[in-house]
Amino acid sequence: MRGRVPGPTVLPRLLAAVAALAIVAASPLFLGTYPVKLLQEILIWGIFAMSLDLLMGYAGMVSFGHSAFFGVGGYVAALALQKSAGLTAALVYPALAAALVALVIGFFSIRVSGVYFIMLTLAFSQMFYAYAFQAGWLGAEDGVIGIPRPAVLGTSLASLERFHLYLVLVFGAAALLLWRVVRSPFGHVLRGIHENEARMEAVGYPVGRYKLVAFVVAGTIAGVAGSLYAQFNGQIPPDAFFWTTSGEALLMVIIGGTGTLAGAVLGAAAFILLQSMVSTYTERWMLILGLTFIVFVLFAPGGIVGALRGRIGLRA
Amino acid sequence: MPFVPDVFGQALNGLSYGVLLFLLTVGLTLIFGMLDVINLAHGSFYMLGAYAGLALIAATGSFWLALVLAPVAVGLVGVVVERACLRPLYGRPPLDQVLLTFGFIYLFEDVVKWIWGGRIRSIPPPDVFSGSVTVLGATVPSYRLFVIAFGLAMAVALWLVIERTRLGAVIRAGVADAEMTAGLGIDIHRVFTGVFAFGAALAGLSGVIAGPIQSAYPAMGVGILIPALIVVVVGGLGSLKGSLAGSLIIGQAETFGKAWLPETSMLMIYVVMALVVLLRPQGLFGRPLR
Repeated sequence: MRGRVPGPTVLPRLLAAVAALAIVAASPLFLGTYPVKLLQEILIWGIFAMSLDLLMGYAGMVSFGHSAFFGVGGYVAALALQKSAGLTAALVYPALAAALVALVIGFFSIRVSGVYFIMLTLAFSQMFYAYAFQAGWLGAEDGVIGIPRPAVLGTSLASLERFHLYLVLVFGAAALLLWRVVRSPFGHVLRGIHENEARMEAVGYPVGRYKLVAFVVAGTIAGVAGSLYAQFNGQIPPDAFFWTTSGEALLMVIIGGTGTLAGAVLGAAAFILLQSMVSTYTERWMLILGLTFIVFVLFAPGGIVGALRGRIGLRA
Repeated sequence: MPFVPDVFGQALNGLSYGVLLFLLTVGLTLIFGMLDVINLAHGSFYMLGAYAGLALIAATGSFWLALVLAPVAVGLVGVVVERACLRPLYGRPPLDQVLLTFGFIYLFEDVVKWIWGGRIRSIPPPDVFSGSVTVLGATVPSYRLFVIAFGLAMAVALWLVIERTRLGAVIRAGVADAEMTAGLGIDIHRVFTGVFAFGAALAGLSGVIAGPIQSAYPAMGVGILIPALIVVVVGGLGSLKGSLAGSLIIGQAETFGKAWLPETSMLMIYVVMALVVLLRPQGLFGRPLR
């Protein structure tokens, strides 16, 4: 029973989220360059993980092809930003391109479910990888390099502090949008499809259309995340399309806890922090990541959020 | 090179790659048929097979001994994975098990890097097959011909075991309806473990065989997984016949793509897959969906 009826619990949690984001926004004032960059990475991967969680945690569609939209967003931003530096190039074009790609991939993929859905989405994203890896005009295996950061109202976002504020704002907008979506009647229908697809179909909901819309919304936001990733690094390699990129987002969602947006962000934070900590001490980062993931699937399928709920009786 | 020998040579290359894919995907498709699990770590078993082969050749000096022992070692790893990690999850949605196998990809790849390092290690073919022969004007490494013969012999042996023995009947029953099979007094959990281990061993076997052709490197498991999954999608999940047909088709598509359309060669297998999915979503030999 995790009905999300709007009530007295909503406001405190919203305020807590805003406060947390405000602290993150102010962090360049009291943190060094490296921790701020880690936070920025968490924000970007947090957006990506949240968008995947809309599919996995709410609609029950486990996709291994989410990297397709991440990569499309990144490549479109890379090409567009080299032509003009505005927000249209940085956010609008990548989002639109990702939405279009999601519409096409979704149209074919939602006709199947379960492992078939996993494999179809996986194959579609690999198709993009295979193309980008060999396409000369996209820099082939090196990808696009030297991507400039955008400028807003004539102010360049090249500096760490300005780019940070920009990331926080985009993250806030994406989180708010997804939060509105999952609480809307639309979001409730998605959860219904997750619980029992046949029943929702029988009750008269056009299940396919709902799934497709969810797929496109998730893909669009993943495209924005990919675009931010390209701006953050100043380059976008074909590896952005590779299926392990989808896999990493999946790890984040599972570690954080599926079906809660906060869980996806927590999972992204845990992943990025673990990676940076572990890799300073040992080269065995992948081993530890794999073990962490196996332990979570076996013993804590609810992720960090699920474990917290069980421990301190926190309710959804 | 003249046209006919060129085509024939490529076709033989494609065939050797195809039988390799077949040995790899037999386990993938049987495990799916029985457990409803797509074993994403299947490519890792292939990689473990190649490295186990490397170690055993170094220890014993014999390719043939490695060819027998490495699959046993990988099969034992499969037993441990199934018993310790998959079995506790059988009550849960099958997707949890798929996700679990994803974690093992990272685990196995890093363990191999730890032990053998990250660089490419070449595995020499056995002395008997180190030369090359000319067939119909095409010069082919004799090892490739061995792979083709060995793979086709394995396919026949597998077919005999699964279609003509009691054990095969139990496996087919388990694929058709695991619950009903258990109801008939068969210890289905032991069959699960057996099939998982057997599939892992076959993946390991294909890894040893691939060694002299592709060398051994840690990322080879992640690399082979996608073609293997495409084979299963093209052939139809849970179908052995499909696995054979899909392997041979994908083997040829990839080889001819590389030879004739080098700029877009990596896309070829996806084009084949897209065509099959559009025209026949359940795959060539798959059960109808839903």
